[in-house]
Amino acid sequence: MHFTINGQRHEADVDLRTSLLDLCREHLGLTGSKKGCDHGQCGACTMLVNGRRINACLSLAVMHQDDEIVTIEGLGQVGNLHPLQDAFVRHDGYQCGYCTPGQICSAVGMLDEQKKGWPSYVSESLTDSELTDAEISERMSGNICRCAAYPNIVDAIREVAGKGDRQPVLEAAKEIGA
Amino acid sequence: MDAAAVPSGLADPGTDRGGGLLGRPIDRVDGLSKVTGGAPYAFERAPKGAAVAAIVGAPVGAGRVVAIDVAAAAALPGVLAVIVDDPRMPAGQASSGALPQQGTDRIFHYGQPVAIVVAESQQVANEAAALVRVEVTPATGRFDPRGEPVIDEPRIGFLPPVEMGDVDAAMADAAVTVDATYTTPVHFPAALEPHATTAWWDGDRLTLRSSNQVIGAARKTVARALGIEAERVRVLAPYVGGGFGGKTGVGAEAILAAIAAERVGRPVKVALPRRQVAYMTHHRSDTVQRIRLGTDTDGRLRAIAHESVVAQNDQGRFLEPVPFGTLPLYAGEARRFTTGLVRVDLPETGAVRAPGEAVGTFAVECGMDELAERLGINPLELRRINEPPVDPTTGKRFSTRRMIDCYDEGARRFGWPERVPDPGSVREGEWLIGIGMAAALRGNFTVEAQARVVLDEGGRARVECDMTDIGTGTYTILAQVAGEMLGLGLDRVDVVIGDTDLPPTAGSGGSFGANSSASAVVLACEDIRAELARRMNAAPEELAFENGCVRAGGRETPLADLVRGEPIVGRGHTKPGKETEATSQASHGAQFCEVAVNAVTGEVRVRRMLGVFDIGRVLNAKTARSQAIGGMAWGLAYALHEDGVVDVRDGRFVNPDFAEYHVATNADVPQLEAWFVEQVDASANPAGAKGVGELGISGAGAAVVNAIYNATGVRVRDMPVTLDKLLPGLPAV
Ligand code: FES
Ligand code: FES
Repeated sequence: MHFTINGQRHEADVDLRTSLLDLCREHLGLTGSKKGCDHGQCGACTMLVNGRRINACLSLAVMHQDDEIVTIEGLGQVGNLHPLQDAFVRHDGYQCGYCTPGQICSAVGMLDEQKKGWPSYVSESLTDSELTDAEISERMSGNICRCAAYPNIVDAIREVAGKGDRQPVLEAAKEIGA
Repeated sequence: MDAAAVPSGLADPGTDRGGGLLGRPIDRVDGLSKVTGGAPYAFERAPKGAAVAAIVGAPVGAGRVVAIDVAAAAALPGVLAVIVDDPRMPAGQASSGALPQQGTDRIFHYGQPVAIVVAESQQVANEAAALVRVEVTPATGRFDPRGEPVIDEPRIGFLPPVEMGDVDAAMADAAVTVDATYTTPVHFPAALEPHATTAWWDGDRLTLRSSNQVIGAARKTVARALGIEAERVRVLAPYVGGGFGGKTGVGAEAILAAIAAERVGRPVKVALPRRQVAYMTHHRSDTVQRIRLGTDTDGRLRAIAHESVVAQNDQGRFLEPVPFGTLPLYAGEARRFTTGLVRVDLPETGAVRAPGEAVGTFAVECGMDELAERLGINPLELRRINEPPVDPTTGKRFSTRRMIDCYDEGARRFGWPERVPDPGSVREGEWLIGIGMAAALRGNFTVEAQARVVLDEGGRARVECDMTDIGTGTYTILAQVAGEMLGLGLDRVDVVIGDTDLPPTAGSGGSFGANSSASAVVLACEDIRAELARRMNAAPEELAFENGCVRAGGRETPLADLVRGEPIVGRGHTKPGKETEATSQASHGAQFCEVAVNAVTGEVRVRRMLGVFDIGRVLNAKTARSQAIGGMAWGLAYALHEDGVVDVRDGRFVNPDFAEYHVATNADVPQLEAWFVEQVDASANPAGAKGVGELGISGAGAAVVNAIYNATGVRVRDMPVTLDKLLPGLPAV
C-alpha cells in the first residue's frame, strides 16, 4: 500500500486490519499521534485527512491510499512551529502532553470548519457564528484532556484565531446556562 | 527537614528576585517536545524487533481457573507465544508494600490477567487473545460493597482510627447538629495514556520503559516479583501521559511484559486497551461517609465525627483514608474519625489524586454547609469561627497555615458577599443561579529524595535524579531551581530524570514530588557552591551567582573558569527530620463556585470557579496554576459526572471507558481562576514548598454541590449530582 503523509510518500505492507493510527505509530515511526482509547472516544489520535480532522484510530489505513494526511509532525517542527503549537507552549495548554498532538490537530481542523461557517451545537445561527469561548469549548469537546488543561487550551486557540484576550470571567459566566 | 531555615540561594518570594528564575511563570522546558509530537512515551521508540502483546482477562468475577486452552491462539500465524503457566505471573498489580499472588488459579476479580499472548503485531495479538479459552469454576462473588459486612478494624492502610472525648454525649448536648450520610462512587484515575510497558533483556539485565509515577520503587518491586536482584533491573519513564495515582504501583502488564520478553527472546511491548485499564489497575473505592457535627448556638463546634466505609479486594492493602483531611480541619473537643472496610471481589482499590481528601471533603464540606444553614450563619463565617490555632487532633503547631487568608482573598475576588442565602431565589429565565464555597486541605508529605548536579567545563549544569514528570512540571521546576542556585539561564541547565540509574527519589505521588526533588537539587547546588567558594577562597555566603558568573569580594569569575577540567559534582539528600515530626503540615485553600441549574431539565452548568491556595513557595506560577485548575476541574467532574458503576450481578464495570465514564470535557469546564497566597514553609523542606497537585480537587466538588443547593434548595448527598436526583425536588418552573 502507499500513503502520502506530511507531503511524503510512504510504502507499507500491513495487516488489512491496521488503523491509520497504527500505520503511523507502528509502521512509519510517526508516534506523535497518540492512542488513548482506540475507540473514537478521546481524540488523542486526531489527524487531518484532506484538511478535515478525523479520529485515526477509527479509520482503516487501507482506506486512505489516495488521501493527503497531516499529523502533528507535519504541522510544525522545533524551529518551525505552527502558531497553535507555539500558543500551546506559552499558554501551558497541556500538562502530561499526551492529548496535545490531538488537541492541536483538532484545533487546526476546527478553526477551518468554523471559518467555513459550519455551525455547532451552541451556535446562535446556522449560517454564521462568532468564535466565542463557548464555541471553542464546544467544538473542542471531542478531545479529552484528563489533565484538564481546558481553560489554557481555549486561551491558546482564541489567541491564534485572533480573538484577543480572555473574556472577563463574570461576562463569560453569564453566557453559560443562559 | 531538621533546620527551619531557607537556604541562602533561594530568594524570598516578594523580594526583588534580581532576575531569579524560581517562582516565575516560565514555559515548560519540555513543551516543544510535547507540542511537536517528539516526546516519547512508554509504548513508543521500542528497540528494533519488538513483539507486541495482548493480555487475556478472567471471564468471571470469582472462582478458580480450571484450564486454559491455547491451541487455537498458538496456531495463528504470527503468534510467538501464549503464556499461561509461568509461576511468576501476577494476579494483580504490585506495590512496594506487597506483591500480588503469583501463579495462582484463584480469581480475585473479573478481568484479572490469566494469560499473555505475544505476536508479531497488535492485530494478531488481539485476535489470538480472543481465541484463548479460559475454563473456570465460578464462585459466588461479593460484588456489591453495600451488601457486605463492615470490618471496623481493618488493620490495613496508614490512618488509624481517632477517638477523642465523647462524641455521642457532645452531640446530645449540642444546641445545633447535623447528622448526615454522604456517598461517593467508584472513581477511575483514567490517565489519557493507558498503562504501557516495553520490556527487553540484555543477558540477565532487564530494562523496562514503563508508564509509571514512582520508578525507584517499581524497580525493586519488579525485581521481587521476578525473583532477581534490583541491580539487574532498570526502569525508564522519561514521559508519563498522566498518572493521578493510578501509576504509583507496578501494573501486571509490566511484569507480564518482562516474562514475555524473556520467553520469546525479543523486546515485548504491551499497552492496556482502555477497558482493561479499569480492571488491571486500581481505582478509588466508592465510599459511605457519615458526618456528625454539633455546635453551641454561636456555631462553635463541640463535636466532629467523620466515619467512613470503603472497599478493597482480598489482595489489596490500601485503604482509602477518607477522614484524613478532616483531622486538622476544624476545632471541636469531641472527635471521631474512622475508616471501616468491606472486602469485595472487584478490581483493586488504591490511591487516586488526593486519597482521602478528594472524597472526604465532599462529606465534611457539604456537612458544614448544612450546618451553616441550620445555624443561620454564613458558611464562610462558620468556617472562620472554627479555625483551629493548632492541629486539633494531634495538638501540634501548624508549620504554615493561611486558611483565613484564603477565605478572605477568595471571598473578595469571587464576590461572595453578594450571595443570596435563600436557596432557589435567584433566577435568570429558566435557570436557577447559586453560589457555594468549601475549604480545601491536603496533608503535606515530606519524603526522602536525592539528586546530583553536575557542573561541567563549559559552565553548564546537569540535574539528575529518578523523578518523573507526569505533567506536573518537574523538568521545568528542577531546571529553575538549579538555574537560580547557580546563576544560570535555563538554556544552560539540562534536566535528566525518569531513569533508575540516577539518584533515587520518591517519585511523583502524594504531591511530594516537586518539593522533595527540588529540595534535593537545592542541597546538591549548595554542595557545588561550597566547592566553588573553596576555589575562590571565599565563604559560601559571600558568593553571588548571576549570568553564569560567580562574584565574591569584588572579583567576578565565569563558572566555567572555576571548573578546571573535571566537572564539579554536587550531591543532595533530603529527608524528613525533627521539624517534620514536630509540626502539622498541609496545603490549604478556599474554593468558590457559581452554577446555573435548569429548572426544567435539571441540567447543571458550572459557570465559574475560583480557588485561593496556600502551597508554601510557588516554584513555577504557570505550572502551579495549571495543577490547581486541573484539580478544580476534577472536583467539578467528580461532583457532576464521574461515576464508575459496578454490575453487582457479575462484578463487571458497566462503564469502563471514555464513552460511558464521563470525565470533564472542554465544554464542561469554564474559565477557572486559581490564586496563591505565598508563604515559604521553611518547616516543610529546603525548597519551602508544599504540595499543589492534589489540593485543587480537595473541596472543589463540595463547592459545586453547595452551589447547587444554593441555586435549587435540593441537597443531594449521593454523588455525582445527576439531574435525576435533582428533578424531583426542583422548584416549580
Ligand atoms: S485513540 Fe482515537 S479517539 Fe481515542
Ligand atoms: S495534557 Fe494530559 S491529557 Fe491533556
